[in-house]
Amino acid sequence: MNYHWNWGIFLEQVKGGDETYLDWLLTGLGWTLAVSLTAWVIALTLGICIGALRSMPSRLPVMLGNAWVELFRNIPLLVQMFLWFFVMPEFLPRDWSLWVKQDMPAKEFLTAALCLGLFTSARVAEQVRAGVGSLPRGQRDAALALGLTLPQTYRHVILPQALRIVIPPLTSEFMNVFKNSSVAFAIGVLELTFQARQMQEDSEQGIETFLAVTLLYFICAFAANRGMVLIEARTRVPGLIARTG
Amino acid sequence: MGEFDFTVWQPSLPFIRDGLLFTLRLTLVAMSGGIVIGTLLALARLSPVAPLSRIAGAYVDLMRSVPLVLVILWFFLVIPFISGAPVGAETSAIITFTAFEAAFYCEIMRSGIQSVPRGQVDAARALGLGQAQTMIHVILPQAVRNMLPVLLTQTIVLFQDTSLVYAIGAKDMLKAADIVGKNYNRPVEMIVLSALIYFVICFSLSLAVKQLQKTVAIIR
Repeated sequence: MNYHWNWGIFLEQVKGGDETYLDWLLTGLGWTLAVSLTAWVIALTLGICIGALRSMPSRLPVMLGNAWVELFRNIPLLVQMFLWFFVMPEFLPRDWSLWVKQDMPAKEFLTAALCLGLFTSARVAEQVRAGVGSLPRGQRDAALALGLTLPQTYRHVILPQALRIVIPPLTSEFMNVFKNSSVAFAIGVLELTFQARQMQEDSEQGIETFLAVTLLYFICAFAANRGMVLIEARTRVPGLIARTG
Repeated sequence: MGEFDFTVWQPSLPFIRDGLLFTLRLTLVAMSGGIVIGTLLALARLSPVAPLSRIAGAYVDLMRSVPLVLVILWFFLVIPFISGAPVGAETSAIITFTAFEAAFYCEIMRSGIQSVPRGQVDAARALGLGQAQTMIHVILPQAVRNMLPVLLTQTIVLFQDTSLVYAIGAKDMLKAADIVGKNYNRPVEMIVLSALIYFVICFSLSLAVKQLQKTVAIIR
């Protein structure tokens, strides 16, 4: 089989439209960033809370946290996307269900961001719990002995240290968010992978298309990595935690 | 609340079973192929021959930084150019997952190999074993044993990831559920069924892995 290279394809107009293929890809990049960043905010917020719950001394919060993590870790992300998009509206009261199905603005985007956020929160929670577990017991005991309540102990003593420790694994989770956001194509979010498939079919220049999109994903992952490394450096407590990598 | 009709689960079972069989076959082939190729990649990465270790490293980094969906699309596009003839979505999926998972199993095997104490190598060499013999009879068995829970956890992830063959329309379990859902006009019930099946399988496997973790740990 022969392949006809055409690197000029990105500047050509799409069939039956006045956009170029480059416009498609840039739109895709925009949605990929929007879904990933929104999801990351949700994942961090919930993940830290749930990770903290799972490290509590009493049984009930630990069980709740564990149930959360098992639920989101044992169903494929794609199936979770379908669950939120097609199944969840059926469980809402009739009026809400109608609104979600017909009038909700940016439905695909919000569903994808929420779904990816919850999925990632389980993974963040796992890291945060491990981070809390790696602190010396004395930290918790000393804080409680000083008269801090359990929430205060978490807020002022445990979490500030644990979160610094888990920045490296969270960095790879952040990079995973960008990769996982590609699954959102399945519910019709116009993100990079969706645009790549569309451009491949429309232009029949699959290799150029996928090379460009792969490059864009690389750039996202690299930027995410640098961003987290910067945060790691900024939040480091001098002399407390050794710099790694 | 919408109205559900879960009786559709009954006639869907034969289709779900066929789909599940493909999902399992894909998982098992990609796991065994991935572990074999991954181990070779790990040996290449750890080898003192610089170009070899660099090529293996580049391959692993590349696979790990691209979304799996995109890798699936890439292989589906490129395999026909290499093989000279179009291949089905199922064959393409099997090749893709083997190649993709090899990169992840490689990293696991690499840390497994590196977790074997240096003294084991020295002792094996002192006993007169050759380099290959040391690797096969001393290091790899311990590396696999140390990493068994992680290897299996990765396989559970792989099992879930196979659902992404949706992107090229291969007929796995999710696709089977999708088709039945469309034919009977009951998509919601079929999504719920597939979610349940994935959850039950993955959850029980992960419990089994936890149990295994307690029993296989090498006591030092």
